[in-house]
Amino acid sequence: MTGREIENLIKLLSRLPGLGPRSARRAVLQMLKKPEMLMLPLADSLRATADAMTTCSNCGNIDVTDPCHICADYNRGPDIICVVEEVQDLWALERGASFKGQYHVLGGTLSPLDGVGPDDLKIDQLINRARADEVTEVILATNATVDGQTTAHYITERLIETGVKVTRLAHGVPVGGELDYLDDGTLAAALRSRSVV
Amino acid sequence: MTNRLAVSRIQLSEFRCYESLRLSLNSTSVVLTGPNGAGKTNLLEAVSLLSPGGGLRRAKLGEIARNFPANPDGETRAWAVSADLETPDGAFQVGSGLDPAALAQGRERRAVRIDGETKRGQASLGRVCAAVWLTPQMDRLFLDGPSARRRFLDRLVYGLDPEHSSRVAAYEHSLRSRAKLLKEGKGDDKWLASIEDSMVRHGIAVAVARADLLARLSRAGTMAVGPFPAARMALAGDLENWLENLPAVEVEDKMRAALRDGRSRDGAYGGAIVGPQRSDLLVWHDAKGQSADQCSTGEQKALLLAIIMANTRLQTKARGAGPLLLLDEVVAHLDAERRKHLFDEIVALGVQAWMTGTDRALFEGLDGRAQFFRVEDATLTLETTP
Repeated sequence: MTGREIENLIKLLSRLPGLGPRSARRAVLQMLKKPEMLMLPLADSLRATADAMTTCSNCGNIDVTDPCHICADYNRGPDIICVVEEVQDLWALERGASFKGQYHVLGGTLSPLDGVGPDDLKIDQLINRARADEVTEVILATNATVDGQTTAHYITERLIETGVKVTRLAHGVPVGGELDYLDDGTLAAALRSRSVV
Repeated sequence: MTNRLAVSRIQLSEFRCYESLRLSLNSTSVVLTGPNGAGKTNLLEAVSLLSPGGGLRRAKLGEIARNFPANPDGETRAWAVSADLETPDGAFQVGSGLDPAALAQGRERRAVRIDGETKRGQASLGRVCAAVWLTPQMDRLFLDGPSARRRFLDRLVYGLDPEHSSRVAAYEHSLRSRAKLLKEGKGDDKWLASIEDSMVRHGIAVAVARADLLARLSRAGTMAVGPFPAARMALAGDLENWLENLPAVEVEDKMRAALRDGRSRDGAYGGAIVGPQRSDLLVWHDAKGQSADQCSTGEQKALLLAIIMANTRLQTKARGAGPLLLLDEVVAHLDAERRKHLFDEIVALGVQAWMTGTDRALFEGLDGRAQFFRVEDATLTLETTP
């Protein structure tokens, strides 16, 4: 139907999350129709980003500078570190724009079944960061999965020696949620983590 | 809105012997008769997969897909079951199957969709559908090891408490994680303690939910109804003993300590020294004062049915509708009096029972009160009731 280069492009694009072969074909067709406006700028942008991208040696974020733009931002407080599993979780919290502290990306969760142990995650680096005088609190923002919660428990135990305050994100009623539609487990969690108004 | 749980449409594709099947149903019970190997149990299995868990055969996902001779290349196909359900909470469209996207990447993963939305985990299925089954493989339930009895009990709990399936899955995940670490000798003390903390929280919740069901079943009054024997049930295990005699907080500490002290033993022998996976469901024939495994085969089956029907009555009261009952080759083993009573109670409770058998005549008692299908070579024909 089409040349090898185009087929190859479709194949590569369809490997991206959220894109199947059909949407990849549509995206490629759109680019082929507007090579100057879309395709070449995209190619340049891909090349430039691939050349510049780096992992922040402080927090584990992916950016084009090291330290990343968050760690380098002097307007952000150095006293609170928010611990997340993956870069996508950090980006999700940044989209919310309600946290103005530091981050620490673990790179996954402890999972014996997948062969992931403490040495495979950036846990020692977190303990070292938490020892710094200016750090007063560590927020555990791992997912509410079994492995996420086990990892949070493990980090809490490890952080005891640093004397820093450890908190975790609240579990419960989502904003705009109706109680009637919540499952029993979420309701019980919401009751347990109720707060004084 | 109805006050029952019923399948009003079911559609299968690439499912065992069915390339595709589409059935429209009313909310009465479904009777499937036909020769052996025609596809009756396969249809029951499809219905069982609308509820949490691995279905009535506990088959691996890939095994369910239709293969030879339709698929000689041996490639696994993405099977699917889709159904419209009438429930007391309204109508739902439920889909379950082998995830085609994961399959394309060489992985087998169960996909669950409710009203067109993809759901994570199977507890969401439990919120809309409950199913309980009795199959010929369960004839040895009281004679074989305790794991099948625990699964049977857990299935009854799912019907009353949909979150139970998440708790069981979380507990088993942590149990396997700990076993792997101990076997490989890798885990440091804090890592193991974190996993054991998860086992303690979820394990005690599992044990409490099981005990709660047994208490509710016995509170619901005598289980003997008509010609069926009354069953007396109890849970036996360290965890259950502790929960009976100690406050929950103390049980947590005790279980945590037992797991910590049992690490070297568990590393050598596998499993865990304490937990809900070591409990057993004990059942007695109440009138005879006899343990279920000592009863005759027929009495054992009657005891199981008595428990299932008591649970159905309880669930009908508590959730507004009983579970779907999947009774595979059950009716043939009942005498005429018990058969009549079972049919009358199914109709009276308003549950949708899916029943199979080779002999149409055994289901005469349901004439005019159920939908009859003749199953032959994976083809269903609706029979008109005489």
